[in-house]
Amino acid sequence: MTRNSRRLVSVLAAATIATSMAACGGDDDSDGGGGGGGGGGTAEDNEATGPGMTEDTVTIGSHYPLTGRAAPGYSEIPTGVQAYFDYVNANGGVYDRQIEWVYRDDGYNPTNTSTVVRELVLEEEVFAIMGGLGTPTHNAVLDFLNTEEVPDLFVSSGSSLWDDPENLPYTFGWQTDYESEGKIIGQYIAEEFPDAKVGLFLQDDDFGEDGERGVRQYLDDDQIVEVQTYTSGNIDVGPQIAALQASGADFVLGFNTPPYTALTQLAARDLNYTPQWWYSNVGSAPDLVGSLLGAFSQGAVSGASALAGIYTTSYIPTVDQVDDPWIQLFQRIWDESGQEGVLTNTRVYGMSMAYTMVQALQAAGRNPTGDDLVAAVEEAGADWQGPAFTPFRYSSDRHAGISGMSVVQFNAEGVGEPKTPLLVTDTGDAEIEEYDGEPIAPPESGIPDEEAVG
Amino acid sequence: MSETQTPTGDPGAASDAAPTTATAGANAPSAGAGGRRSLLPRITLLRHLLVLVVGAAVAVLLLESTELNTNIKLGNVAYLAIAAGGLTLLTGLSGQISLGHGALMAVGAYTTALMLDVERSEEPPSLALVFLAAVAATTLVGALVGVAAARLHGPYLAGATLALAVGLPGLALYFSDTFNGEQGLTIRPPERPEWFTETVEQLSGATGRGLNDKWVAYIAVACLLISYFFLANLMRSRMGRTWRAVRDQEVAAELAGISLGAWRVLAFVVSAAAAGLAGAVLAIVVQLAAPGSFLPVLSLSLLTAVVIGGLGTLTGALLGSALLVFLPPWLIDLGRDVFDMEEAQASQSSFVVYGLLLVVTMLFAPAGLVGTIRLALLRRRAARALTRSGRG
Repeated sequence: MTRNSRRLVSVLAAATIATSMAACGGDDDSDGGGGGGGGGGTAEDNEATGPGMTEDTVTIGSHYPLTGRAAPGYSEIPTGVQAYFDYVNANGGVYDRQIEWVYRDDGYNPTNTSTVVRELVLEEEVFAIMGGLGTPTHNAVLDFLNTEEVPDLFVSSGSSLWDDPENLPYTFGWQTDYESEGKIIGQYIAEEFPDAKVGLFLQDDDFGEDGERGVRQYLDDDQIVEVQTYTSGNIDVGPQIAALQASGADFVLGFNTPPYTALTQLAARDLNYTPQWWYSNVGSAPDLVGSLLGAFSQGAVSGASALAGIYTTSYIPTVDQVDDPWIQLFQRIWDESGQEGVLTNTRVYGMSMAYTMVQALQAAGRNPTGDDLVAAVEEAGADWQGPAFTPFRYSSDRHAGISGMSVVQFNAEGVGEPKTPLLVTDTGDAEIEEYDGEPIAPPESGIPDEEAVG
Repeated sequence: MSETQTPTGDPGAASDAAPTTATAGANAPSAGAGGRRSLLPRITLLRHLLVLVVGAAVAVLLLESTELNTNIKLGNVAYLAIAAGGLTLLTGLSGQISLGHGALMAVGAYTTALMLDVERSEEPPSLALVFLAAVAATTLVGALVGVAAARLHGPYLAGATLALAVGLPGLALYFSDTFNGEQGLTIRPPERPEWFTETVEQLSGATGRGLNDKWVAYIAVACLLISYFFLANLMRSRMGRTWRAVRDQEVAAELAGISLGAWRVLAFVVSAAAAGLAGAVLAIVVQLAAPGSFLPVLSLSLLTAVVIGGLGTLTGALLGSALLVFLPPWLIDLGRDVFDMEEAQASQSSFVVYGLLLVVTMLFAPAGLVGTIRLALLRRRAARALTRSGRG
């Protein structure tokens, strides 16, 4: 009862605003950026289609660890998203709707995720969830979101769980999956370091497992001399690093989160262990790791340069690439947003995902339902170009995100230098191929311009 | 503990010794037993049945008059309150401390998850059966821990049970083939029956989105009421009195023929059973059993709920659990909407304010919410009795 009456009030309010805007001679922004995409019509044609989609707003929600063990770094992602959505809103929004971005803290505790996502869906009435962070956390709400038919776009995790259109028709991945990343890393090590004795340092969940599965497709079992795992939250990694050292591994590959990059570096320093390091994309953000290193060692080790010589992978531009047009765009948007702090890789991640979200909203047409949004991603998503180096794999039978990445090595200044061309692959037996397309520059306006599908 | 016996005419209120004050709520005579006129029946069982019926009516009213999201939060309150109820019996009555009840909840939750983990085409076992199994499994673990716990006191017991809270969830990682490691086991929520959909529609007109969550909330609250009915009867029975004797006067209790160890183990087993049911309810409310849900901080928040609400009282445990669920989000909203903080800032500061509130409560109301109110009532009644007798 109360919900219905509240919705009625908001619809009435929206209608009043729309009429008064029309009375004042219409909206000047209707052609600014986002509104220009297909779908036709003007603000007057906007209709409320259901929860989260009113005549002049669309509400997108998400959950992130803003407090607790996973918060360092990750808590910055939603501020990046906020900056990009603010920018789009200032330029007229999408189809004359302002994007409202509501995110909640789950402290990386699945119980909390379950509570806050229900709050977002039932109380805040979001149109879609975007970029919910973490494998164990988001796993807790998959059933709920798919039962309630809430679009669950672009989960912030490379687990293979999200690519299951048959059972989870509303859930989509975004970043390159860990298995594909493992394959690309494995092939590079097999070709460039055939004599290396490889030790694996893995997070004890899908992240580590998927990565290991990919790596083992290209590295022989006898080349991998040791596998060590860690549990997120347990900050003593000394035993694992000592075991890697004892096994004689001279090349350590980590599928771990940024704090564990810093922790393994410090543990290895204590043990005088100096293998060649490789951290998968998740664990490598040099600015974040650098500051964590400084904090953990109380100043003894500092700066991103501590990561010189380390390998990683890359699928979106990073802040060290100051000449990249996307980074320049995001830098400008970040500065304009007036939020505290500097542009970091995690914020670039949030902005890049927000860019994809705007593409999805444009493709879904002027008055979409949740199902229209899902259909738009399936139909058009594979053709979207943006900050990501390689295309998405979206279709009606695939909900997997970015298809590839390149291998990168940090130089003495902490700047990543590409060691391979862009490589694309997929889970399972798919070959690793060189990507034949070119990364594109951002549009002049900084806002995508996708046609509405259907 | 004061060595002198509490004067009989003034139960629970006379001594200033800290433990007596802290458990004051638990010592208050049950309604009707103090010679006061009361509308409630004198027989404990009847009185508790009446409270149960009233509680059920209030619960239905509460669930139907609030929005769906609040329903789910009430479900959260329910499982925390069940566990806190068991803990308040253990700590408030029998005088043992446990920092490991979160781990016992994990046992209940994982049992539920494993039993409900069947193919989509198959019919899962009935929920009552699953819950009973969860309670049985946790009782078993509780008995094992209880035997060890009966030999330990104070900080040693706290340490041992804390080890349980830290260690037990680790088993889920070690045996990750069965328990699916860090990611945990997802749980298919129980399907709501047809009659429920129809009844709710008639009651409040709610349809569509999230009705299943409402059904789960009803199950949770039902479990809360039933478990509190059992716990309340236990606490007011001979067993409850024996536990109080064990807590207050070990020597006297032993002289009276009470076997301290056996009664302590029994208290641990009963509270473990409650924790098991709480875990089972958590599993269907959250729809996931994962180690991340059962960090030591869960055990600590249970203890917080018990202490804030009033040690040794079920009402206190319920109130404390409600605070655990509703206070932090309220503080975050306050920070965000009133003080115009960013989401991350608001979340972080909510912990600070929450901690401060706890400290302030402990300083000014060491008997907890319910205990303080009861103490005040007792004092007033005693003062009135004094003036009356002075006049007469």
